[in-house]
Amino acid sequence: MTNTVTEFYKALTAKVDETLKAQGDYGKIVIQIGSATCENAAGAVDVMDEFSKHIQSSGREDIVIHRTGCTGRCSKEPIVGVHVPGKMPVKYERVNRDVVHKIFTSHIQKGLPLAEQILDGSIDPDQQLEFLFCEGRRCGVDAPVSYREIFERKLKEAGVGEDKVRITAASCFGACQGQCGSRAHVLVRPLRTLYSVSSEADVDLLVQKQVLKHEEVPSLKVTDKPIYQEFFDLYGDVSFFNRQSRVAMRNSGILDPESLDEYVKFGGFKALATSLGKNDPEWVINEVLKAKLRGRGGGGFLTGKKWQMASQQPEKTRYLICNGDEGDPGAFMDRGMLESDPYSIVEGMMIGAYAIQACKGFYYIRAEYPLAIKRIQNAIEKCRAAGILGDNVMGSGWSFDLEIRLGAGAFVCGEETALIRSIEGERGQPKVRPPYPVVRGLWGKPTAINNVETFANIPAIINYGGDWFASIGTEASGGTKVFALAGKVKHTGLVEVPLGTPLKKVVFDIGGGVQDDLPLKAIQTGGPAGGFIPAKWADMEVDFDPLAKAGSIMGSGGMIVLSDEDCMVDISKFYLSFTQEESCGKCTPCREGTTRMLEILEKITSGKGELSDLDRLERLARLCQQTSLCGLGRAAPNPILSSLKHFREEYIEHIVEKRCKAKKCVALIHYEINAEACIGCTVCARNCPVECISGSRKEPHVINQERCIKCGQCFEVCRFDAVERV
Amino acid sequence: MTGKMINLTIDETPIQVPEGTRLIHAAEKLGINIPRLCYHPNLSLEGACRVCVVQVKGFNHFLTACSQEVWEGMDVQTNSPEIRQARRDIVELLLDNHPMDCQTCDRDGNCELQKQAYRLGVRERLFAGERKHYPVEDSSQSVVRTPEKCILCGRCVRVCSEVQGVSNLSQQGRGFHTVVGPANLSNMDDSVCIQCGQCVAVCPTAAFLEKDHTERVWEVLAMPRDKKHVVVQIAPAIRATMGEAFGLPMGTPVTGKIVTALRRMGFDVVFDTNFGADLTIVEEANEFLNRMQTGENLPLLTSCSPGWVSFMERFYPEMIPHASTCKSPMQMLSALIKTFYAKKKNLDPKDIYVVGIMPCVAKKFEAARPEHAMEDGTPYTDAVLTTRELAWMIKSYGIDFVNLPDGEFDRPLGISSGAADIFGATGGVMEAALRTAAVKLTGEELGPLVFNEVRGVTGLKEATLRINGMDVNIAVSNGLTNAKHILDAVKEGGKQYHLIELMACPGGCIMGGGQPYPPLDHDPLDPETARLRAKALYDIDDKKQLRRSHENPAIEHLYEEFLGEVNGEKAHHLLHTHYEASMPRGIR
Repeated sequence: MTNTVTEFYKALTAKVDETLKAQGDYGKIVIQIGSATCENAAGAVDVMDEFSKHIQSSGREDIVIHRTGCTGRCSKEPIVGVHVPGKMPVKYERVNRDVVHKIFTSHIQKGLPLAEQILDGSIDPDQQLEFLFCEGRRCGVDAPVSYREIFERKLKEAGVGEDKVRITAASCFGACQGQCGSRAHVLVRPLRTLYSVSSEADVDLLVQKQVLKHEEVPSLKVTDKPIYQEFFDLYGDVSFFNRQSRVAMRNSGILDPESLDEYVKFGGFKALATSLGKNDPEWVINEVLKAKLRGRGGGGFLTGKKWQMASQQPEKTRYLICNGDEGDPGAFMDRGMLESDPYSIVEGMMIGAYAIQACKGFYYIRAEYPLAIKRIQNAIEKCRAAGILGDNVMGSGWSFDLEIRLGAGAFVCGEETALIRSIEGERGQPKVRPPYPVVRGLWGKPTAINNVETFANIPAIINYGGDWFASIGTEASGGTKVFALAGKVKHTGLVEVPLGTPLKKVVFDIGGGVQDDLPLKAIQTGGPAGGFIPAKWADMEVDFDPLAKAGSIMGSGGMIVLSDEDCMVDISKFYLSFTQEESCGKCTPCREGTTRMLEILEKITSGKGELSDLDRLERLARLCQQTSLCGLGRAAPNPILSSLKHFREEYIEHIVEKRCKAKKCVALIHYEINAEACIGCTVCARNCPVECISGSRKEPHVINQERCIKCGQCFEVCRFDAVERV
Repeated sequence: MTGKMINLTIDETPIQVPEGTRLIHAAEKLGINIPRLCYHPNLSLEGACRVCVVQVKGFNHFLTACSQEVWEGMDVQTNSPEIRQARRDIVELLLDNHPMDCQTCDRDGNCELQKQAYRLGVRERLFAGERKHYPVEDSSQSVVRTPEKCILCGRCVRVCSEVQGVSNLSQQGRGFHTVVGPANLSNMDDSVCIQCGQCVAVCPTAAFLEKDHTERVWEVLAMPRDKKHVVVQIAPAIRATMGEAFGLPMGTPVTGKIVTALRRMGFDVVFDTNFGADLTIVEEANEFLNRMQTGENLPLLTSCSPGWVSFMERFYPEMIPHASTCKSPMQMLSALIKTFYAKKKNLDPKDIYVVGIMPCVAKKFEAARPEHAMEDGTPYTDAVLTTRELAWMIKSYGIDFVNLPDGEFDRPLGISSGAADIFGATGGVMEAALRTAAVKLTGEELGPLVFNEVRGVTGLKEATLRINGMDVNIAVSNGLTNAKHILDAVKEGGKQYHLIELMACPGGCIMGGGQPYPPLDHDPLDPETARLRAKALYDIDDKKQLRRSHENPAIEHLYEEFLGEVNGEKAHHLLHTHYEASMPRGIR
């Protein structure tokens, strides 16, 4: 059997090589365009269309368009990469039809990159080389000095300026396998060369040969291609990216999510072939156990343990479910992976299915993700056609198939028992556990349910080893975690960092800091059921246990940055209104409790609160936490409990002083016109929907507070900042 | 469950229970009753109300005693201050979204929510806010739905699908807006509801109730005697249960007291539905013997239970030819009252008002079926009161029921055999039919009287009886999920059944949807309740001289004087009915 799988995989890769060679795209200029729901919404489809028109009318045949998934750099989409062979890859932000024209005429035709449109202004187009120094958690930490600093000094001594060579401190490339000790890895872009240095002499050699003579240094070269290298080759210059460690998202933004060939070219299905080749499901489970991979859906249960339990059930008909019912507002990690790297999820799922010897797998994807559904469907069909999925998988004799089921938009269906009921066609409500799904799940059969991101990690674990994966994270949990970074942060998007990375680092190094450089107030993690981590705890390492200890949760990975402009009472109310709306209605504390808590918060934010409300709020929150049926209810009060703990004074301010410092609670603010700043242009009066602003032309205007409905129109339209929110 | 024993401590008291025991039962062994609302031992676990939370050492959150199985070394607190507060808060949250109308509510004094609120000490209201508002839905002839009073325990949903196999009720909407009702919240009347009223029986509050007929009965009772002749008949099952409503022990027969009470309330004539039951047996036994002879449309399915009849019409229309065409005992008797009795008394049937006292809410629906009306549209039965409704009327009247002397039914429609009394229990109709059929088949006057094969309150019983050299395969089912099993077996072929008794309610009429709510320390649907109630009926039967329906002299006389032959033209016209497939809307 081993031989047949190996032969199948060999034949598969050979065929892919042949197909890709036949396409003849090697050596051409590549225009890389992101294509996911978010990119498309930002205009990626138009951009692609405009590029094709330009290529067609130029008559050039050395240019190809390469569609990729999404890199997760949300606020700057659509992103377009222009890769001229031998040159530094250039990425452009917020491209539209006009910018396409400029890129084409200037960069592609004249070789002059468009500096003003470069993503995050990250590179100077004149720089010819970029040296990325791995400064991950372990790499080089034992070194007595920083090789990067030595390199900088030596370059200066050699008279090479920053305009020619750029030096970047990056996160781990994944080359060290956790045993690099005093070594450090250096990636040279755009040469795609990886060096390993362990002494000052090595650094000197790099300067002398690589920089000054443009010669490779074979003695220092690392030949194995580490997991992150492809990503760094393409995106290493952008600070948003080069501080990340992309395991689950290793292919996002690199390959065409709809092409099986490309996936295979980048090592796809090697892990499945390895697993099947071992002919030992237990080996897979052991690797995953070694990896200390914990469920990425939020529960943090050890995936290997779950699979082990499922595999030990006497019942032989077993199912595997991929939970893609991502529902947290502002979270889109799963969508990103499903849309950008669907084959990885298919492969991860197949490996999991093999481990527990499942006969059938289900994708449960929310119906609001049509592109994700389409791409997974496409991946399933192509895999089936290639003999990777279905009867006799890769010639191994093991059969397995996948099916997609759509979620109808209930948040609670992300809870595993509710999800199972939903697949079964029942009302999507959680059920009492135990029995746990691994014992009695879908249609009463043992069922393992894992999150999309969990599956995305599996092929990497098999390819690079469980030990390697475990070495990335913390003592208790291995690997990385993808976060959806949002809120008052400069760079928003999908961020993948090793578990154990300090929160501060995510916000400031990757996210670029708080918007408008305001002070950081708190970081909210874990979606609507998460809690607030106050700024004073920003050093905290992101991991399941510390977050839970601090009264928040890892959740599926929402991370929202809050500044002084945010009102904690108002935000707690926002989250609670979400959980209240999404409560399934089954158990009393969640159904009734969230409603009552929301009523109390509304009372407080509308200025009618009493101090005793806080006790009642806390009492209900504890009740909901301690007695709810499922995780949704138990976690629903987290925003309230953690804000009461860390920001109680804000609640008291709302209740006693009837004041909202952040000026978010409408009932507690009013608008006034500063007579000195007002020039009497009448714009405010003309825009007031209730006509409560009076004043003659060129005279200061006045708001009639009794009639004002606090809609804020005047504040928005005044061009002289004369309207003040008080 | 293995034979392994588990050691644990509940409130510092060590206890040993078999592996797989749930905490709620382990605590009961120590005499601790953990409060509960959604839990019901006969239904699947819901875990929704959370009232039964307990504290288990090592857990930050509380566990529900209804669902949690014990484990070795478990350390449980059932009454810590934290637990007491949590339970109190949960019940208060339920009350906060509940109409505050206990004083005017049908379930006042017999409401599980009220009981828990009192027991747990909800003395102040801290969280009151917005409350749900839904109109009362009373489109159905039998069951009234009041969603405002619903606490979403899900018992009705589970009884409807798990016990009755109807699955008409489900939860809809979500969160605070969750409401229980038929699909798409259509009217109960448009739904597939079979009107059995088990939702009413299991509801802890007044979210489901029978349709009230008491007002119309008060009204006719107050009318001058020469204007309305009010005739009442009482079903077999209610004589075994009415006492419960007045605090008598379960299974106390109170036939005579009911008769006296009814007379005191002003009913002109008190007849016994038992008479109708005897008549049913005579007609049905004849029907059975005919079918046995021709071999057509076997097995014969009984048709006394209107809930079962509705179920057949909706879910098994292909079985209609198998159903006995005999009317139910109530309808047979009502038909006779408005024809035979009216003629005898020289009364205009329109001036007669027939009230049935039934254990069943579906009888209200049956009474309103157009087939059960005279040619001019006058219904044979004008009002149907459930046991509960009559109990309330007696209390309302101020009658000291417990100390009433025994009364006698009026003649001739008040004479009955013991076979009729046992109609109220599952297997009773079968036994009554067998007593008569055995005599008719063998021709021997003294056939067997007790058929232990069909006694007992289990849901599905099968037996093969050897009568006159023939193997007669019979089956008895109660609870419609069991009916499904047996009907599916009939449809599949294989074993040839000859006679099947079907009753909609689990345990038969003694556990009907209109029976008194059990005391608050009992679960509705409790098999022990069913056993005690059934025993009362078998005891009555045992004490009677007359044990076979066809031996009832009043019946013999009726055929001679009025009906003519068994299943003759007149009998067929008055005592038999027909059924029609009635598929839910959208299904043809």
